[in-house]
Amino acid sequence: MSEKQAKLEDALPLAPVPDLEAELSAAARAARRHVIAAIYRAGSGHPGGALSCADILTCLYGAELNLWPDQASDPMRDRFVLSKGHAAPALYAVGAQYGFCGKRDALSLRKLDSKFQGHPHVRDLPWVETSTGSLGQGFSVALGLAMGLKIQNVPARVYTLLGDGELQEGEVWEAAMCAAHHKLDNLCAIVDYNKLQSDDKNDMIMRLEPLAAKFRAFDWAVAEIDGHAIAEILSGLRRAAATHGRPSILIAHTVKGKGVPYMENKPAWHGSVKLTREQAEEALSALGTARKEIQELLAQEQTT
Amino acid sequence: MSAPALIGTSGDSLREAFGKALAQLADEFPKLVVLDADIAGGTGAHHFRKSHPDRFIQFGIAEQNMMAAAGGLAATGLIPVVTTFAVFCLRAIEQARLSIAYSGRNAKIVASHPGIDVGPDGGSAQSLEDMAAFRAIPGMTVISPADPIETALATRAILVFDGPVYMRTGRSPTRRVFGDDHTFEIGKGRIVREGNDATIVACGVEVARALEAATLLAEENISARVVNMATIKPIDSELLARCAKETGCIVTAEDHNIFGGLGGAVAEALAKTRPCPMEFVGLKDVFGASGEPEELAEAFGISAPHIAEAVKRVLARKGKRK
Repeated sequence: MSEKQAKLEDALPLAPVPDLEAELSAAARAARRHVIAAIYRAGSGHPGGALSCADILTCLYGAELNLWPDQASDPMRDRFVLSKGHAAPALYAVGAQYGFCGKRDALSLRKLDSKFQGHPHVRDLPWVETSTGSLGQGFSVALGLAMGLKIQNVPARVYTLLGDGELQEGEVWEAAMCAAHHKLDNLCAIVDYNKLQSDDKNDMIMRLEPLAAKFRAFDWAVAEIDGHAIAEILSGLRRAAATHGRPSILIAHTVKGKGVPYMENKPAWHGSVKLTREQAEEALSALGTARKEIQELLAQEQTT
Repeated sequence: MSAPALIGTSGDSLREAFGKALAQLADEFPKLVVLDADIAGGTGAHHFRKSHPDRFIQFGIAEQNMMAAAGGLAATGLIPVVTTFAVFCLRAIEQARLSIAYSGRNAKIVASHPGIDVGPDGGSAQSLEDMAAFRAIPGMTVISPADPIETALATRAILVFDGPVYMRTGRSPTRRVFGDDHTFEIGKGRIVREGNDATIVACGVEVARALEAATLLAEENISARVVNMATIKPIDSELLARCAKETGCIVTAEDHNIFGGLGGAVAEALAKTRPCPMEFVGLKDVFGASGEPEELAEAFGISAPHIAEAVKRVLARKGKRK
């Protein structure tokens, strides 16, 4: 059992330890600030969907995953795949909080010669496990990882985060059928269900509901959680890890642009946008960032 | 490199030779796993399913998921071999691009039923684009062996090779071209018949037809060299330049669209080294149809007499250049 898991197990079944929750909340807030700064400095990037999944990613890297930066190539490690690859700024920001990459390095998002491409690339950053950015594929790769670990009797677990719009890809349902057929109980998918996609609300583009029923019909263990409530995310992940004979999915209800009021629930902030200095400052202020830190985060000369 | 003991007999199809070789090689490659989309009886993978059921993974009729999952399996250290028909590899080519090639995975894609060699299933099933499409993926090696012995040798070679590979097999019973002493090396073309007037560069089932064409031409005192170019990418530029220099003209022959496949690869190489008159034998930017493979080869212009005619055309152009 990992230290992280042991820490959690001690607190279960009542509730995760409050100081861990506070620690994760603080890390998620720091990651959101990093996301805003990186997208501002890059001049492009998808803020909405990065902010909506910051709490989920923080819980994974900060508590759930049996994964440490100095053991990032250990065959026994847990794996995480960001299937919604456009949320790369959030992955980099959370990775930086937990030592998988340098915080200043990760601010070089989307720049030539940066390892932090617009979508994660495993040959630049081995800890991202696979390259993503074409929706649906990360889910299948996670399935392949889960199969490969089972075949080789490695007890590690595989987690993957999907966007809600991503569920419109046919490949997702191929993988959903396949994971259940092969009883991949070492696989846990999480849906960042912020209800918005590139051009509009999911409901206006292509309806997803009844979503939980769809996955139940595919024979997955399904739970719906508040994707911004740290305790709920942690207990959802624990329940998934305790599931046998079936893959698990957490449908995490989230708010697109979470933490930045002017972005919340606005599809306009889904796509790749260019933030003005004023917008970046306002977002960072809303995230409780001190004046001095705002200046440091947004200073362009720090990029190298 | 010696051939695995169990290989296709004369007249065996390339897919059967592949499947038998796979089963034979399983013990030598303990990390090998074979992926199937409910078509193992057609791809030759049924031999492996029977011999090593614990390493045979069924994906159902869902090629996109299978292709991307191969990337994940490879990331855990296994050597996944994706098996399906060539047309369905096209269906999942973006998964091959992102989750295998771009991610740098050691996964192999082995496609049966390429070209009009598919026969009666008709145009929808006959992939004429796969070599062009997979050749365009950065870092992807593309192979099309010529006969059962070479297919068995190539199957071992791609498992030894570290990197993504796309390999064509074939549906129809195939003539034996090579003897038991044949060897295979990725990236190396081979002169399989000497000649001085022109060179026919062929791959897959067209190698046997090219040899037949050379025999037809010999009756008219035309000496045609035949090169088996089993690796389309990376192409053997040195051998091509030498053949262009020594024979002065080239004809390519492939069971594929004339655009972007073997012919394109040869022309690209020679344009940089030793440009010479060329003719291209292949499907002339049209889809196939139902029929028996030999009938189709005749109807669509890739039979031995068609190759011989192309050699005469290129010789006429070579003559004018002098």
